[in-house]
Amino acid sequence: MDGEIRSEPILKLVGIRKAFDGTQALAGVDFELCPGEIHALVGENGAGKSTLIKVITGVHRPDAGEILFRGEPVVITNPLDAQRLGIAAIYQEPTLFPDLDIAENIFMGHYPLRRFTRRVAWRQLYDQAARTLRVLGMDLDPRTRVRGLTVAQLQMVEIAKALSFNARILIMDEPTSTLTLSEVAELFSTARQLRDAGTAIIFISHRLEEVFGLADRVTVLRDGHYVGTCNVSEVTPDELIRMMVGRTLNDLFPKSDVKQGSVVLRVEGLTKEGVFRDISFELHQGEILGLAGLAGARRTDVAQAIFGVAPADRGKIWVDGQQVAIRHPKEALALGIAYVPENRQQHGLILPMNITHNVTLPILQQFARMGGWLDSRAEAQTAQEITTRLDVRAAGLWQLASALSGGNQQKVVLAKWLTTRPRILILDEPTRGIDVGTKAAVHELMSTLASQGMAILMISSELPEILGMSDRILVMNEGRLVNQFTRAEATQEKIMLAATGSSSA
Amino acid sequence: MSVIARKKRRSVLLTIAGVRETGISIFILLLVVVVSLRSPYFLTVSNIKDVLMDIAILSIVAIGEAMVIITRGIDLSVASTLALAGMAVGMTISSHPEIPPGGALLMGMGIGAVLGSVNGLLVTKGHIPPIITTLGTMSIYRGLVFAISGGAWVDADEMTKEFIGMTKGEILFIPNLVFMAGIVAIISYYFLNHTSTGRQIYALGSNPTAARVAGIHVHRNLFLAYLISGILCGMGGVLWISRYASAQSDTAVGFELQAIAAAVVGGVSTLGGSGTIPGVLLGSLLLGIVVNALSLVHISPFWKLAVQGLIILAAVVTDALLSRRLQQSRSAEGTS
Repeated sequence: MDGEIRSEPILKLVGIRKAFDGTQALAGVDFELCPGEIHALVGENGAGKSTLIKVITGVHRPDAGEILFRGEPVVITNPLDAQRLGIAAIYQEPTLFPDLDIAENIFMGHYPLRRFTRRVAWRQLYDQAARTLRVLGMDLDPRTRVRGLTVAQLQMVEIAKALSFNARILIMDEPTSTLTLSEVAELFSTARQLRDAGTAIIFISHRLEEVFGLADRVTVLRDGHYVGTCNVSEVTPDELIRMMVGRTLNDLFPKSDVKQGSVVLRVEGLTKEGVFRDISFELHQGEILGLAGLAGARRTDVAQAIFGVAPADRGKIWVDGQQVAIRHPKEALALGIAYVPENRQQHGLILPMNITHNVTLPILQQFARMGGWLDSRAEAQTAQEITTRLDVRAAGLWQLASALSGGNQQKVVLAKWLTTRPRILILDEPTRGIDVGTKAAVHELMSTLASQGMAILMISSELPEILGMSDRILVMNEGRLVNQFTRAEATQEKIMLAATGSSSA
Repeated sequence: MSVIARKKRRSVLLTIAGVRETGISIFILLLVVVVSLRSPYFLTVSNIKDVLMDIAILSIVAIGEAMVIITRGIDLSVASTLALAGMAVGMTISSHPEIPPGGALLMGMGIGAVLGSVNGLLVTKGHIPPIITTLGTMSIYRGLVFAISGGAWVDADEMTKEFIGMTKGEILFIPNLVFMAGIVAIISYYFLNHTSTGRQIYALGSNPTAARVAGIHVHRNLFLAYLISGILCGMGGVLWISRYASAQSDTAVGFELQAIAAAVVGGVSTLGGSGTIPGVLLGSLLLGIVVNALSLVHISPFWKLAVQGLIILAAVVTDALLSRRLQQSRSAEGTS
C-alpha cells in the first residue's frame, strides 16, 4: 500500500455499501484522499466509480459505511452539504447556465452582496471572476456568455466555480473524453497547479496513460469491491489492468460451438463525422460477434447507423452479399435486421402500453385485416407464444410495460424483436441492469438463436460476457476499431489494453 | 395457482377501475343529479336534445384535436380552420344554390384537409413546434376569413332550405347533428383502437424515439393527425353555418380553447400518448352540461364564465385524484 508518509487525509471512506434494486453497486469500498494529491479512481464500466463519486457529493446516501472529513465523521445528505464541506465535482458534460455570463456562473448561488442594500455587488463579482480566471491561466472576459464556449473552457469555468467557494476537494469525472490533446495538457497543468496549492483531486479516467501521466496514487474498484490502492510510480499498466479485471471466468456462459455459415452482414468504411470512423467487419451466420469497448467508444452509434436510426455519412453495408442503403429502421427490419437497444426504457419500450402491444409494434401490418382492422386475437396469440418461450413473468399480457421488473422488461424487448424473425440480431448491452437469473436466460437464448443460424452482433461492456459469449471479438476505442481477437486468443487483459489505449498516437 | 384465482376474482373491479373515464363519468353523474334537483326542466327530452346538439360540433372538432394532442402536439388553428371552411362553403352555396348539402359537406372537408396539411407539413418537414405552427396558422386562417368575405356575412336567406335542414332533421328521434357526431366518433374510435395506424399514433406520442426504432414512420403519422384534425374542422365548419344559418367572420372565435378543454377534461394527456374517444365525448358532454346548467339554475351572467372554469377545474382535479388512487391499487395488484 501507500509507502510515503503524507499529511492527514482530508477525506476517508470506510466500508461504503450501496445497493440499487438488489444490485450491489458498492460492496464495502474504502477510499482515502490527502490534501495535495491527485488520486485516480479506475475500474471497468460498472465497477462503482460513479456511484462512489455520487456518495461523496451527496447525490446518493450510502446504505452502510462511514465518511470521515478531516478525521470527523460526517453525513452528506445532499449536494449542498458536500459544497459546504468544500467538495466540488466537474463532469465531462459541464452543467452551467448557457445564457448567463462566466462570472455569473462562477458565483451562482453565492453572489457577493453589498453590505446594507443586499444588492449584488457587480463590480466585485466581475473583479473576483477575472482574478480567478487569471489564476487558472484563462484568457477570457468574465462578461462572456457561456453559450458558445468550448468544452475545455466550460470545464475551466467549472473549476473556477469550485475555487470560488474554496473547494478543498475537486472531483474530475472523465474530464478529458471530449477534449483535444492540447486542451488535455492545459487541464492537467491546471490540475497540478491546484494540487501544489494543496487541493485534493480525485481523477477518473478510462485512459490509463492519463492516470500514469497525472496521478500520484490510484485506487482500483471492481464490481463494487475495493481492490487496492497503489502509488502510481510503483505500478505498471499491466499490473493495474490485472487488478481491474482480475476475476475468474465461471461457466455461466452456455455458448456452444456453432458451425458458421456465409457472411450475412458486411460493413466497410462506415464513418460518421465526429462520431466514428472507418468501421469495417463481417458477421457470419451462426456467429456471435462481440463488440467490446469502454463507455464512449461509440459502439452504440455504429449499431444505430447499421439499423438506420442515425445513418452514417459514408461507408457501405452489404446484407447477404447485396449492397444496401438503410435510411430508416423500417428498411433495416425489411432486410431482416433487428436491434435491441441499450436503453430499454427510452428506446425499447412504450412504457404505458401493455405487453401485447409492445411486442407486436414492429409487425403490426401482419395483423391488419380488411379495412385495416387489427386482428387482436392473432396479436395476443403471437405475444402469448413468444412471451411464453422467453418466460416473461407478468400477471398477464394486459400488464403495462412500466409495471414490469427490469429483467422482464428486457425480455419483452427481446420478444418484440424476435417476432420480426430477424436473421441479423444486434444486441446492445443485452443484460445491463438485470438480475442474474434473467441474465443466464438471455445468454442461453442467444446461444440457441446462434445455433439456429442467426447472426448476432453483441455490444457489451462486461468483459466476462464478451469473453463467454463471443465467437469473435472486436474492440472499439474512441470511434475506431482498434483490434480484434478470436475466442481462443482473447483475454480480459488484452481487451482492456486495446480499449484503454489512446488513439492519439 | 392462487395468483390466477385472485386475478379472476378481482378482475371485474379492476376493469371498471382501470377504465380511464371512470372519474369523469362519476363527476358528470353528480353534476346531473345536483342540477336536476335545482331545475326540473334539466332532464326533459327537449333539453337533453339541446345539450347534445350543442356539443355535437364541439365533439367532432375535439376528436381531431385529441388526435393531435395524442401525438404530443397541439392544434390552435381548429376554430380558424372551421371558420374559414364554413365561410368558403357559405359563399359558394350562396352563389351556387344547386350544390346539395352533401356536396357542401365534402367541400368543407376538402378545404379542411388542405388547411390541416399545411399545419402537418410545417410541423414535419419544417420542424416548427406545433404550438408555434398552429399559432401562426390560427391567425392566417382567421385573416383569410375576413379577406375572402370582406367582413360580410352569409345569411340564412342566402342558403337553401335543404342546407339549413341538414342539421335540423332527426333520424329515429336522434337529431341529425348528433347522428353525424356519433358516426365520426365511431369511425375515430375504430381508427385509433383497431388499426395499425392508430396504434402507431399512440406509440409515437408516448415515446417517439422508441417508435422510430420500432420502424414507425413518425412524420407520416404526425402529418396524418393534423390532416384528420383539419378534415374534422372543415366538416364542423359546414355543420356550424348550417345549424346557425349564418357564416360570419368571427364564427367560432375562441372555440379552439373549448376543443382543447374538452379533450383534456376527457383525459387526453398533453404529454402525449394517452387519451380515448369515449373520454373526449365525455369531456365535450361535461362542457355542454355546464354551460346548459348554468343558464338553467339562474346564476348571474356576470359569474357564469368564472363558475364554468371552476367546475371544469374541479372535474379535472377529481379525475386526477381518482385515477391516481386507482393506479396505485392497480400497480399494487400488478406486483403481487
